[in-house]
Amino acid sequence: MKRYSAFAVAREALRDHTGWGRAWHKAQPKKRYDVIIVGAGGHGLATAYYLGKNFGITNVAILEKGWLGGGNTGRNTTIIRSNYLQDPSAAIYEKARGLYETLSQDLNYNVMFSPRGVMMLAQTEHEVRGYQRTAHANSLQGVETEFISPKQVKELCPIMNIDGPRYPVLGALWQPRGGTARHDAVAWGYARKCSEMGMDILQKCEVTGVRTEGGKVQGVETTLGPIDCDKLGLVVAGHSSVLAEQAGFRLPIESLALQALVSEPIKPCMDVVVMANTVHGYMSQSDKGEMVIGGGTDGFNNYTQRGSFHHIEETVRALIETFPMLSRLKMLRQWGGIVDMTGDRSPIISSTPVGGIFINCGWGTGGFKAIPGSGWAMAELMAKGHSPLAEDFGLNRFVEGRFIDESVAAGVAH
Amino acid sequence: MSTRLVSGGRLIDRTKPITFRFNGKRLKGHAGDTLASALLASDQMLVGRSFKYHRPRGIVASGAEEPNALVGLGEGARFEPNQRATTTELFEGLTAQSQNHWPSLDFDIGAVNTHFARFLTAGFYYKMFIHPRPLWKHVYEPFIRQSAGLGKAPDAETKDSDRYEHFYAFTDVLVIGGGVAGLQAALAAGRSGAKVMLIEQTAHLGGRAPVDGGTIDGQEPGAWVDQTLAALNAMPNVTIRARTMGAGIYDHGYVLGYERVADERPGTDGPRHRLWKIRAGRVITATGAIERPISFAGNDIPGVMLAGAVRDYVVNYGVSVGDRTVVVTNNDDAYRTAIVLAKAGLSVPCIIDARPLGGGALMEEAKALGIRVETGRGIAKVLGGKRVTGVVLCNMVGEGALVEEIACEAVAMSGGWSPVVHLWSHCGGKLTWDADQAAFRPDATRAPIGADGQANVLAAGAANGFGRLQNVLQDADVAGKMAAHALGFDAPKDAPPMGEDAAVKPLMPVWLMPQSAHYGLRMKAWLDYQNDVKVSDVQLAAREGYESVEHTKRYTTLGMATDQGKLSNINGLAILSDALGEPIPQVGTTTFRPPYTPISMGAIAGEARGEIFQPLRRTPMHGWHEAHGAEWEPVGHWRRPYCFPKAGEDKHAAVAREINATRQSIGMLDASTLGKIIVKGPDAGKFLDMLYTNMMSTLAPGKCRYGLMCNENGFLSDDGVVARIDEDTFLCHTTTGGADRIHAHMEDWLQCEWWDWKVYTANVTEQFAQIAVVGPNARKVLEKLGGMDVSKEALPFMTWADGTLGGIKARVYRISFSGELSYEIAVPANQGLALWEALIDAGAEFGITPYGTEALHVMRAEKGFIMIGDETDGTVIPQDLGLGWAISKKKADYLGKRAQERTHMTDPNRWQLVGLETVDGSVLPDGALAYASGKNANGQRNTQGRVTSTYHSPTLGRGIAMGLVLNGPDRMGEVLHFTNTEGEPIAAKIVSPVFYDPEGEKQNV
Repeated sequence: MKRYSAFAVAREALRDHTGWGRAWHKAQPKKRYDVIIVGAGGHGLATAYYLGKNFGITNVAILEKGWLGGGNTGRNTTIIRSNYLQDPSAAIYEKARGLYETLSQDLNYNVMFSPRGVMMLAQTEHEVRGYQRTAHANSLQGVETEFISPKQVKELCPIMNIDGPRYPVLGALWQPRGGTARHDAVAWGYARKCSEMGMDILQKCEVTGVRTEGGKVQGVETTLGPIDCDKLGLVVAGHSSVLAEQAGFRLPIESLALQALVSEPIKPCMDVVVMANTVHGYMSQSDKGEMVIGGGTDGFNNYTQRGSFHHIEETVRALIETFPMLSRLKMLRQWGGIVDMTGDRSPIISSTPVGGIFINCGWGTGGFKAIPGSGWAMAELMAKGHSPLAEDFGLNRFVEGRFIDESVAAGVAH
Repeated sequence: MSTRLVSGGRLIDRTKPITFRFNGKRLKGHAGDTLASALLASDQMLVGRSFKYHRPRGIVASGAEEPNALVGLGEGARFEPNQRATTTELFEGLTAQSQNHWPSLDFDIGAVNTHFARFLTAGFYYKMFIHPRPLWKHVYEPFIRQSAGLGKAPDAETKDSDRYEHFYAFTDVLVIGGGVAGLQAALAAGRSGAKVMLIEQTAHLGGRAPVDGGTIDGQEPGAWVDQTLAALNAMPNVTIRARTMGAGIYDHGYVLGYERVADERPGTDGPRHRLWKIRAGRVITATGAIERPISFAGNDIPGVMLAGAVRDYVVNYGVSVGDRTVVVTNNDDAYRTAIVLAKAGLSVPCIIDARPLGGGALMEEAKALGIRVETGRGIAKVLGGKRVTGVVLCNMVGEGALVEEIACEAVAMSGGWSPVVHLWSHCGGKLTWDADQAAFRPDATRAPIGADGQANVLAAGAANGFGRLQNVLQDADVAGKMAAHALGFDAPKDAPPMGEDAAVKPLMPVWLMPQSAHYGLRMKAWLDYQNDVKVSDVQLAAREGYESVEHTKRYTTLGMATDQGKLSNINGLAILSDALGEPIPQVGTTTFRPPYTPISMGAIAGEARGEIFQPLRRTPMHGWHEAHGAEWEPVGHWRRPYCFPKAGEDKHAAVAREINATRQSIGMLDASTLGKIIVKGPDAGKFLDMLYTNMMSTLAPGKCRYGLMCNENGFLSDDGVVARIDEDTFLCHTTTGGADRIHAHMEDWLQCEWWDWKVYTANVTEQFAQIAVVGPNARKVLEKLGGMDVSKEALPFMTWADGTLGGIKARVYRISFSGELSYEIAVPANQGLALWEALIDAGAEFGITPYGTEALHVMRAEKGFIMIGDETDGTVIPQDLGLGWAISKKKADYLGKRAQERTHMTDPNRWQLVGLETVDGSVLPDGALAYASGKNANGQRNTQGRVTSTYHSPTLGRGIAMGLVLNGPDRMGEVLHFTNTEGEPIAAKIVSPVFYDPEGEKQNV
């Protein structure tokens, strides 16, 4: 496979770009693989990549019912941060963030990781205390964060109105090494490397059944025929419960539509990522110039990749309050994706009741940032049977009551 | 050059001149002009620069599909980037600036990119800028961001000076699009008696028909439009809104309309935009069709335009885009443009028709006007730089060898028409490929489905794939009647009007001109004008394996510009399908998403901004607090006084004063925001036994009990005092933030699980004002007000009584959240202020002191009372907080009980509540963690506890804190070290969490 570089681009330019080969091979399914990963999104491809890179397991197929990277990997708002409160979360998200830093070089594919800094605004006394607590936790977890003053907030993000009449900004949790990346490129970069290692990426290949014998996986039925495997990894956010049911077990997961939108592109005006949880909205500016905006989830379970308009309205309202200049920009496009929600809003990376089947799901509204760490942990779990990063994210935590709750759900004031 | 013709222009009023500015230059137009027509009339062919290569860009279209003519409009608080000139109505004093260039539109340094176009192919940035790593963040990315981005950002410090509003409408039939199809559909539905609403995005009804010609019922289409409009306006059940775009269709017949109320008269009274939220029984999309460009080299040079647009500018605005216009086409419709031009006295040097045999009647008409027609030919390339100077004629078959050079100033191109299927597709409508027209059209068998399981969107006219006038009218008539019929309205069985227009020969799909154009031509054949995506880019994407249409879009950015691919998508798709050797329908389209064209964020937000951004809840005493200098703290939608600083006092001093006054004499708190939920019915006691960990059914009327609520996972979610009013009635107090949530939680269980229990709930939080009167002198002040017995004997601790105080009917609870003698007095909300002021007067001699939330917090912490949200965070069970006493052992079940029996919950080694005292008396930081030795498997420092509440206690004169510590209650006296983000770790001793009056002598007096 041709190495990407400025030199390669220049050389190809002189011969009308006729020398570029496929980024990933067009594959036909073999009869059997050591490992089958279902789901060629970021998490699935990253799992396959680290299986190959870290454990030398390359007889791997990645099955995708649509087009690779077409689920939430290609629909999110691309924020990368690891300023989580609970130890297990901070560990896996920080692992992911660290891997993102060198991912372009690892994959020889520019994923445009942009460590421009992420701030989470505190707009109530309660939030101030909450983020100070997170800053203390992060200091012991090896995550670089800082609680900053309103003045520093304004300096880092001049387009923000910090004196809003309803919820003035009281400070922010600032992670200078958080940022964004080009979401599609993450999937494409991993896909290209997986293919280079000899793995087969099978697109338009839908899994229709899981074959087991004596409580152990034998293979899968697909729209391209049956395929055998020793180990099966299910990494299919949005439809995890459907696949789990085919494999014969149930998941503590609900499926909800989450929406996002972008403005028309404008010249650079915002160099950081801002999340405002009190008013519900977050925003960053893409390299193309669009303001990328994320909103809330619908209050009911569904599989339509759309969502209700009033969430868009609430989000835009909140952000105009925070960034008054938005009022004279226009919404270019809105879309939705289906997210897996667990009871504690933390992911599941786990073995399952069926031998040889592993599951990675439940990333809720924030899976993109975790992709490299998630793949790393899932690969280790599948190869070795255990992984320190995945340890606390097992399915058994719901049985034991060992929740990893990041939502601080009962966090009401007074 | 482009210029205004001496006559013609059905939409402009030549008696009303308008002056406007473009890039500082003073120009003239007429009322009725769009900014685009006025610019063309002033020979302003060059209007902007493209996104990537900064290529010169001219106006291409005449409507919503325009990708190039984007300008910054207005100034200061009314500045707006990326406004489409073709849909901007001209007004006196309009100022516009072109975008994405430096230093000027004519001379743009960024245009150097065009010389590197060979290197800057699709996705080049994924292959470069990888090494060395730091350069991406510091050099490459800032450069890319600066080069991209189109318009300027509005000024951050200037607030939008316009207003926006939301309207709600309900209608039987909503017709989107006011062309002849929309009008006929509305007429047919309206005649049935159904309530009909018709919205049209432009200022004019009638659509393209008046420009395209033909006859309807023997009249000019324009005359028929006037007549039909008059008929519709006479129907009381029909509403017509111009300048209102159908922006999106959502589930269950919910449609978003975007009305541009005052864009063409800025600064006038009223809102600028209005967002319509329309619920319709049936929706008819009569959204017309959009003409496709043709891909030939140089098709992006200013002066190359859509044939229909060239015709629009002549007929609607009396504007010629050039003295000599070459027409290039694969269909008959473009001949209409040539005929219009010739009849306006302009020159058409040649019609280049890709079809070997050319067209039908319209071709004969053109020939009869003396226009040269070349069939089986194409354009190899367009000549010119910032404007067209000519075209190179070639054969369609072959690589593009020169046949002849033809001089001209403009090129009018037509690759056929694509139905506007966006709205149809927003909510699940599927498409079918129409090979004859080489276009996707709505598949009526797979329409969007409404709540009743029936198709609730119907496409009509050109939007449904019909081209001929007669078919359009007939289809629209059927759609209108069907929509009404589905809702129980029947229209008279009359025939639709008769449309007549020229018979046409079939088009020939032309996706690339000439058929085998070589690479040099293909890399200059634009698909997406704004984002600079060319035929060669799509072919490269296909070669590199980006085969899904979504991959191609995302890799090349095709269709991702502000026009969302209205001109480029089908052409790009065809190039991709050709490269893959797969038929177009198999390749499929990308997803159509709302809005149809971009809508202002201001309109989406509507009126809710500034002070009314969210509803503000005020207690009856809010005004008093404000008048007495309250420092506010937002708590949910309420605002509560944090403290009441006096002149010269900071917040810290004010809080200390409030606490000392309360502990030493008397203080008072506005507690009205506390949730109050009435639970009533024969099964109320049983219900509360399930909801609370405590036994509530045994509580005697007249008594109060502190209760805990857990969620299904066993975690403590709310607390508060429950008072039993009578046998069937309980009043449950919740936290301020919890009121709505807990009420919903109750209803959830009652409606979904225990639907047969005889219980009703009502949230009466706002019906009562509640005042806490707290401190050793509390009783004296109440006695001074008089009216009821508040003695220890008549009203002991944890009881309540009804009576009057100072002449006001009141319910008085003997409960305490401070550890002092305390009464909470509830009165009807409208009497709250009267009671508050009466207490202020009566308490004056004792120095009664209003206090805020912070004093409340400190006093409860001094007393060791937990606060939901501080001591709890969704991971804490009551057992962790030493609240085991509040969990009834006698009950078979309560919400959370089973969860609390899980292994992790019953683990003896849990973090549990203790008090913490710093060794040096200082205040521990909020959220500090206690170090433990070593690191965990992931390299994180181990911890053994954390601070949950921490304050300076004025009563004790030192820092006090509460915290959760591993096996804490068994480790009294042990010293732990806590994190300090600003210095050395802080040492603190584990103590009892009750710092003040541990025996409870002060509250129970």
